Amino acid sequence: MPLNWKTGGLLLGLVFFAAVLLVKPIGVSTQFVILDAIIGDAVNPGLITETEEGYTSTNAYLAKSGGKYAGNAANPLNYSFVFVLAMAAGGFLSAMTRGGIPKPDRRVPALWRANFGDSPLRRHAAAFLGGFIVLYGARLAGGCTSGHMMSGMMQTAVSGYIFALGAFGAAVPVALMLYRKEG
Amino acid sequence: MTTILLAIVIGMAFGAVLDRIGASDPSIIGWMLSLKALGLAKTILLAIGVGSVLMFAGQMIGLVDVGHMSVKAAYIGVFIGGVMLGAGWALAGFCPGTGVVAAASGRHDALFFIAGGLLGAAAYMVTYPAWVASGLLENIAGGKTTLGMVPGADYPGLTGLPGDLLGIVLGLGFVAVAFALPERLLGAPQGQRHPAE
Repeated sequence: MPLNWKTGGLLLGLVFFAAVLLVKPIGVSTQFVILDAIIGDAVNPGLITETEEGYTSTNAYLAKSGGKYAGNAANPLNYSFVFVLAMAAGGFLSAMTRGGIPKPDRRVPALWRANFGDSPLRRHAAAFLGGFIVLYGARLAGGCTSGHMMSGMMQTAVSGYIFALGAFGAAVPVALMLYRKEG
Repeated sequence: MTTILLAIVIGMAFGAVLDRIGASDPSIIGWMLSLKALGLAKTILLAIGVGSVLMFAGQMIGLVDVGHMSVKAAYIGVFIGGVMLGAGWALAGFCPGTGVVAAASGRHDALFFIAGGLLGAAAYMVTYPAWVASGLLENIAGGKTTLGMVPGADYPGLTGLPGDLLGIVLGLGFVAVAFALPERLLGAPQGQRHPAE
């Protein structure tokens, strides 16, 4: 059972506040680009190069804003990248201390099973396709649910509201079409 | 070193809370987005409200450095990207952060989500010049704009209202909506919302 919404919302709000009090607002999706750049540079060592002022890349996206992403990929031990690794550790410990995710759910989530059966192949294909669209969209938008929607609306950012409008405007109709059975 | 330590502490807290509120469970996301169970929506609205009130109140009493704010630019691509993210979020049940948490908590499908995500991000890196050329990344509404004028911040305000007070008022509004929203809008009565857990 998830936490009661009042407790959960208060805790999540405190985490967002702690982040902006101590460092900066939370964001995640950029780190997919950083990991891509790390992998890309390992496979093709010319991708990221050091310059006199910092770093740059043969890829225009990594080179933008003065090579900020190229620099972060060259030095992955930075706040934002470690933050995402730590999220994984926190999620793992939290799940383990509440007894772990039930086995059938780890294989195929309950709501998906109720609507599309328990074939893992079908579910994995949907998750892969979903991941592709989510991260392509997040990079186009310049942020995701954490950075744009939560951190953005919390800061009264106009971009956060535009993003949330687009995201829920698409997510609700798609979910209504997909999940007709409750599970 | 301090920043890395903070990354570890805040990151772990964020990951753990996402797990505990059910945000990394695709079933709970699906129930929320198909308006069947809105407990998670209430959680998120309350969190935005609490975060907003604390941050702007903290700025007013000098506890929070206004320079820690980081407002993203507004452009048409934000909306298009939001639509894409929303559709993929509904299909997969994960967004970038919750996908990472879900994979770490042992969900197999989340690993496929991350693999797809890495490919999607790479596809954006490659197609980025075409988006630049399209003009859809050009700033609208002043770019990095907030709804009011936040004292001490360099961000332009969409209105001339005092941004910190407006942030507190809107934050309280989010809290009020969290309380007002029903646990569910559509479908059968409550009671079997979390069958697997």
